[in-house]
Formats: sequence, structure tokens, C-alpha cells
Amino acid sequence: MNVLAEIGGSVNTIGYGLAAIGPALGVALVFAAYINSSARQPESAGYNRTWLILGFALIEALALFGLVLAFAVGG
Amino acid sequence: MSGRLTVAQELPWPPAVSDFFPPNIAGPWVTKFGVMVWLAVAILIVFFLVAYRKPTLVPSRTQWVAESVYGLIRDGVARDQMGDTGIKFAPYLTVLFSFIVLTNLFGIVPGLQISPNSHIAFPIVLAAISFVLYIAVGVRKHGFFRYLKMSLILPGVPWPMHFLLVPIEFLQNFINKPVTLAVRLFANMFAGHLILLVFTVGGFVMLSSDNWFVQASSVFAFLMAIIMTFFEALVAILQAYVFVVLTANYLSTSLAEQH
Repeated sequence: MNVLAEIGGSVNTIGYGLAAIGPALGVALVFAAYINSSARQPESAGYNRTWLILGFALIEALALFGLVLAFAVGG
Repeated sequence: MSGRLTVAQELPWPPAVSDFFPPNIAGPWVTKFGVMVWLAVAILIVFFLVAYRKPTLVPSRTQWVAESVYGLIRDGVARDQMGDTGIKFAPYLTVLFSFIVLTNLFGIVPGLQISPNSHIAFPIVLAAISFVLYIAVGVRKHGFFRYLKMSLILPGVPWPMHFLLVPIEFLQNFINKPVTLAVRLFANMFAGHLILLVFTVGGFVMLSSDNWFVQASSVFAFLMAIIMTFFEALVAILQAYVFVVLTANYLSTSLAEQH
């Protein structure tokens, strides 16, 4: 059979792209909520910043697990 | 690619995991990472000693920098998360923060160019110290069994739910917390180094192609590399802050009276 075109590389990159969708939405929600709340109540911005960072970090961990697994699992 | 520049032939393209293992400096015991960690420790000790050698009421510039770092962590992290009981953890958190910031910033310092934290070994040690600390604090405050009960059993749920909740809580408190702490820092630094490699090395590879259009577009790759370097500086500080905030948060969970 004649091979006209071929795609090389690792499937893991596609997998990581898919895995990043969820955390992307999560991070978007966290920042949207922060902007919303500090626009409505600017004096609470400083108080909410800690929870912004905390929530962002917890969600981001999922995306980073995906990144690490994309390298750790061969294929 | 026939017309490649000789420069681009030895460059690692595409970037791979093997790029994270620079050659040893002298024998297997003196690695680049070992030297960098010692350097970071030396810089921190000397900096804080010099900053506090002659403390004055109107601070000099060095003293001001040291005081604002300590003040940021003490008021913004320790007191914020743990209340006034948290002040005694402020020195540990400050040292942790400055050490992580410094080792992260090594990733964009010319000549060093890679952060020790982009190897999982170093974040694992840092996370292990925080893990042992928050377990020890909880055990010392509540006693072993009470601390175990507090961290595993949620109050006010119907008893059959405990078959589901106790394993989840165990996973959450004793496995997920330290693992995510280490992996988050590691993966950020790993990804950052990879991104910088993609844009800088990719720029050189584009420059050495046959096509003049691809050669001209390498400008954008180098521009992106510069932007990403600034982004890495932001990530370095943000990740150190996140590490410290999470450590303080776990400590406050151990110190709390209830679940």
C-alpha cells in the first residue's frame, strides 16, 4: 500500500491537550468568580486573594498531573 | 534538512527529558544541581545575616528587602491562615519561600539556566518537610489518635457514609496533599524549562532552515522566548507563594479544633 502521508510523534500530546480542558475551565471559573466578587465589593479583594491563589493552585495541580503523566507514560 | 547551520546541529530538537540532565561538574558527586542548591543556601544565609547585622529603626535598603519578605509571609500568609498562633511558623515559611523563589529563579539566570526544582527530587524533599511538620504539629496538639480521628472522620454524616468517606479523607490528607505539593512545583518548573527550550532552540532551528520565510519568522520565536522568560519570573514567585500558602493552610488544618 502506498503511504501518502504519515503522522509521527506521541499520542500523549493529544491526551494532554484533552486533559487540560477541565482544569482550564476550572481556572477560568475561579478567576471569573474573583473578578466578579471584587467588582461588586472592592474592599473584599484583599481577603479573597488568598482563596483565589489557593483554589487556582488546587485546580492547576490536575493539569500538571496530566503534563507529568504525558511524559511518564511512554508511548 | 540539508542546509542547517552547524550551530543548530548539536541543539536538542525536539526538547526531551534528557535535556534536564546537564553534565556533571566534577565526578558523579558534584552535579550542577548540587552546586546550585549550595549556592542558594549560601546566598540566603549571607543575605539575611548582612541584612540584620546592624538593624536600624530607619532600615537600609537590604534590611528593607529582608523585612518586607518576612513581613509578607508573616502577615500575608502565616497570620492570615492560622491566626496569631501561626506567627511561630513564620520563620520556617519565610525560609521556605525565599529558598524556593531563589532556586526557581535559577531557571532564568544566564549560565545556570535550569531550576533544581525541575527535578522531582528537590520538591519531594521540600514537600516531605512540610508533610512531617503538619503531621507533627497535629499530633502534638491533639494526640495521635485524636488527630487521626479528626483527619479521617467527618462529623455529622450518617454512619454508612464513613465506609466511603474515611478512605477518601485518608487519601486526601496523607497522600494527595504532599504529592500535589511536590508535583505542582516540579511540573511548573519542568514545563517552564521546556517552554523556554521550545522557543529558543526552535528559533535556532528555524533560522537554519532552507526557506527564507521560515528564517524570517524565527524573529517571533525569539520574541516569544523573551516574553516567556518574564512569564517564568512571574511563575517562579507565584509557585513559591502557592507552596507556602498551601503549607500554611495544611498547618492550620492540623491546628484547627474541628475537622
